[in-house]
Amino acid sequence: MTEMQISNKYSVHDVDFYYGEFKALSEISMEIIEREVTALIGPSGCGKSTFLRCLNRMNDTIAHTRMEGKILLDGEDIYEEDMDVVDLRQRVGMVFQKPNPFPQSIFDNVAFGPRVLGLTKSRAELEATVEKSLQRAAIWDEVKDGLHESALDLSLGEQQRLCIARVIAVEPDVILMDEPTSALDPIATLEIEVLVRQLKEQYTIVIVTHNMQQAARVSDKTGLFWLGELVEFGETNLIFTRPKEERTEAYVTGRVG
Amino acid sequence: MPHSLRATYDRAFLDVQEDILRLGKMVDEAITRALESLQKRDQVLAQQVIDDDDQINALRYRIEESCLALIATQQPAASDLRAVMATMSIVVDLERMADHASGIAKTVILMGDEPLLKPLIDVPRMSNLAKEMLAAILDAYVKRDAKLAREIADRDDEMDQLYRAVFDELVEIMADKPGSVERATFLMWCAHNLERIGDRVTNIAERVVFITTGDLQELNP
Repeated sequence: MTEMQISNKYSVHDVDFYYGEFKALSEISMEIIEREVTALIGPSGCGKSTFLRCLNRMNDTIAHTRMEGKILLDGEDIYEEDMDVVDLRQRVGMVFQKPNPFPQSIFDNVAFGPRVLGLTKSRAELEATVEKSLQRAAIWDEVKDGLHESALDLSLGEQQRLCIARVIAVEPDVILMDEPTSALDPIATLEIEVLVRQLKEQYTIVIVTHNMQQAARVSDKTGLFWLGELVEFGETNLIFTRPKEERTEAYVTGRVG
Repeated sequence: MPHSLRATYDRAFLDVQEDILRLGKMVDEAITRALESLQKRDQVLAQQVIDDDDQINALRYRIEESCLALIATQQPAASDLRAVMATMSIVVDLERMADHASGIAKTVILMGDEPLLKPLIDVPRMSNLAKEMLAAILDAYVKRDAKLAREIADRDDEMDQLYRAVFDELVEIMADKPGSVERATFLMWCAHNLERIGDRVTNIAERVVFITTGDLQELNP
């Protein structure tokens, strides 16, 4: 393929989301482009994580919640009744705020998904998948000599990259990241950011971050959430140099929020 | 409460802005004294204008360093970032204006004791216009007033007309009296330096528009 094809991974149409009576998201519409990094910023409690969790139906697990509107993944409505949610969450992986490795070996952490889903047919294939995933998550060199040591002995930054490898191992299309560096020191944070830039070669990434400079550094598009609304969504360069909306200007210059 | 979040940043940028106004004042003074040295043929004063240019250069670099520190430590974005970037550009234009004033002073020294070719009429007008435009554009900068900045840039036409008049008159004199060429050229240099100051004001006007609107565009293409 010589020409770059730009296509929408997600099309989000008029999404409202309720926790009981509380309306947490209001009329969210956006297009998320394949193999781009889309950053969601905004003050705490303004709906960005709620929105992120709508993208792989993680909110389904929370009682008394309700979503209206449409979210299409590759043109397919993910809230359709016949949508296989397990399959959806394989296609759309998630990385959380605090690294959450299983209390197992590094190898078993990464092998977990492929084993459960039966993605590999032999031990050799599984080993290859584990190695490839750890390499893509830029942690292979650090752990290759101790694959059977406990994941809990890794540093927090390594644990987070391990969690990313665990997501990658089930061959998703999309990786959702919910403040993936908020528990990490500045160097580990930069390592994750470099990794995000590398991963976008193969995956579509949506990242929620409190760190505006992080959004500016890693993303192609940025959306500002504010009291459940998507105030502005556009090219990251423009959002941080000449935003159109006053609320965006106020937020990115640190005058509110 | 929300406004206090960036109080440190706002204070730091206000300090930079104060420095820009101080620099503007020094440039204004350099223009005034350069013209005075021309009118009075005062070579000592002319030499002072040239010597004092060092202080202007020093303040320019200090302002650039403050801007760098603001970017490195405060990570300004949007209009804050545009203001810092614009300031880094404006400070160069101001410093160059002072170089033009020095250029006039150097010409005064080159002229030595030769009498002036003709009484100075349009050149002082150009100088007054340059000073008015300088004061006004710094006002527009502080107020972030794009409309005012555009109006000031428009006044550069007046400057160009005055320059044209001086130019035509001097060319005529040179054609009439070939012995006058050197003295006419000295005056031409002085007028040219003032005309360039007008162009620098236009550059600053463009940056003020950029701060306010985010548009980068030439105002007098």
